[in-house]
Amino acid sequence: MARDAIPGRSLALGTTIAIVTVGVLVPLCVVALTAAGTNGQALVAMLLSARALAAFQLTFGASLAAAVIDVLAGTYVAWILVRYEFPGRPFLNAIVDVPLALPTAVTGIALATLYSAHGFAGAFLEAHGLHVAYTPLGVGLALTFVGFPFVVRTVQPVLATLPSDLEEAAASLGAGRLGTIARVTLPLLVPSMLAGFALALARALGEYGSVIFISGNMPLRTEIVPLLIVTRLEEYDYQGAAAIATALLLTSFALLLAVNVLQRRFTLQKSRT
Amino acid sequence: MKRFGHSLGMLFALLLLLAAPPAARADTAGASLLNVSYDPTRELYAAYNDLFEKWWQAKTGQSVRIEQSHGGSGAQARAVIEGLQADVVTLALAYDIDAISEKAQLLPADWATRFPHNATPYTSTVVFLVRKGNPKHISDWRDLLGNGTQIITANPKTSGGARWNFLAAYSYGLRSSHNDDAQARAYVAALYKNVPVLDSGSRGATTTFTERGIGDVLLAWENEALLALKEHPGQFEVVVPKTSILAEPPVAVVDVNAQKHGTEKLAQAYLAYLYSPAAQKLACENGYRPRLISVYASCKTRFAQIDLVTIQSFGGWQAAQKRFFSDGGVFDQIYQAH
Repeated sequence: MARDAIPGRSLALGTTIAIVTVGVLVPLCVVALTAAGTNGQALVAMLLSARALAAFQLTFGASLAAAVIDVLAGTYVAWILVRYEFPGRPFLNAIVDVPLALPTAVTGIALATLYSAHGFAGAFLEAHGLHVAYTPLGVGLALTFVGFPFVVRTVQPVLATLPSDLEEAAASLGAGRLGTIARVTLPLLVPSMLAGFALALARALGEYGSVIFISGNMPLRTEIVPLLIVTRLEEYDYQGAAAIATALLLTSFALLLAVNVLQRRFTLQKSRT
Repeated sequence: MKRFGHSLGMLFALLLLLAAPPAARADTAGASLLNVSYDPTRELYAAYNDLFEKWWQAKTGQSVRIEQSHGGSGAQARAVIEGLQADVVTLALAYDIDAISEKAQLLPADWATRFPHNATPYTSTVVFLVRKGNPKHISDWRDLLGNGTQIITANPKTSGGARWNFLAAYSYGLRSSHNDDAQARAYVAALYKNVPVLDSGSRGATTTFTERGIGDVLLAWENEALLALKEHPGQFEVVVPKTSILAEPPVAVVDVNAQKHGTEKLAQAYLAYLYSPAAQKLACENGYRPRLISVYASCKTRFAQIDLVTIQSFGGWQAAQKRFFSDGGVFDQIYQAH
């Protein structure tokens, strides 16, 4: 009997499509369909209002900044966790996941307590003229916190399976330590760093619970897009809420697609060399 | 391998046991009732449910269990609209119950006439909470402006309590200017310019003021202010303004759900008993103003005499919501970019 080289390909493809459709596409379509009934002109006017633009700018700006910081800090921490033996490493390793397990409201309240003018860190920073709580900086801080584990967890396994003979070979051929890292190790890590970046970014764009406690929610200054959506829901304006959500989804999707394309390019480049 | 399969089976059985709903609702022992309420009423209804369960058992011989759900008033109303099986709702504003009637037709539009006093068995009002010694010398609404005073209140777009705050401030603006809308708007605009943080809910605003130490004065539900005094003795003072608004958190039977569960009589009795002297006394002990004059007079909590306007002076909740809090309404205009 002739068989496909990969067993059960059609079954696998069928179930995959079914899972993605039911689990992801259908809920997203409901959002888009709810939004479809909105008055287009009113929607455009609303999305282009100064307040909505300010919220989109803050959400995307703070999310991108947070994801960049997460990539730098997360890769560094993954590196330490993989390459160094030290007492308490399993403990530190487990702590990395805590931001994922913490209810977001708890995160927000904890950060607000820590960074407000009377908080432990806030008192110190405010004495040096740096306001964190209730500023865009606070929004970025909360988003950095919730996105951090994604980068560590995507980079860590790649780093762990990286053959050390490549680095040894580079060293034996006369490359310095920094040269080895910059020209051998990092390029191999870039795809996983980009994947972590995309996950951290996606999480940040939709984040609500942890942000609203530290942002202060001031219109035009510290209002995030998810808060605009919740505001619509409070008014029982389901269509308006879905419309803003669709706008957020489409922009997020474009951004994530760009990161994925970039990641693919790096992966292909790597396999070619 | 066999052992492994066995323990896996045990694990599944355990998980199923854990996931099973705790005792089906329609158990043989008696009926149960779901009360969907807003955030600050947690303590009040915990006490009231005890009282009611005993009273109902004594009266009918039937045991009854009341289940509670709490959350932001608007979010709770949306949950009921989307199918949460509430037999009764006890929310922060009539607007939210109107929405249940209008969007899901679960109860008639005239629900507010089915219990005395616009179906609100207890009331509250908006007062000021200031720091010990009242360092900014705040005694009334006009003192909130100037002197670098920072005011803490939640966002009225997302918080029912904050809507009462806004309207209380606006009504002061109207009174102090002989009903000049332009001046009332100017007053609230100036007031919100001094609001450094707009929390999404009333509890959040209280936390910002009491725990984070932000701001000089908190606009609060009277019951929340009294609770804050109790929880942080010696740190705060309540300042009662000369005028404020009569906050009426209403109650209603959700007819369609109650009929489906066969709990109409029970639901009706549950809400009606809120007006009894015993229940009114509980309301008073929890910082809500009771409707019964006799209880009000003998209440241990001291409620200051305030000149209170009602939501009717704004034409009711539907009109007030549309004019002040809808998209592009008076509140949004305060934050228009210049």
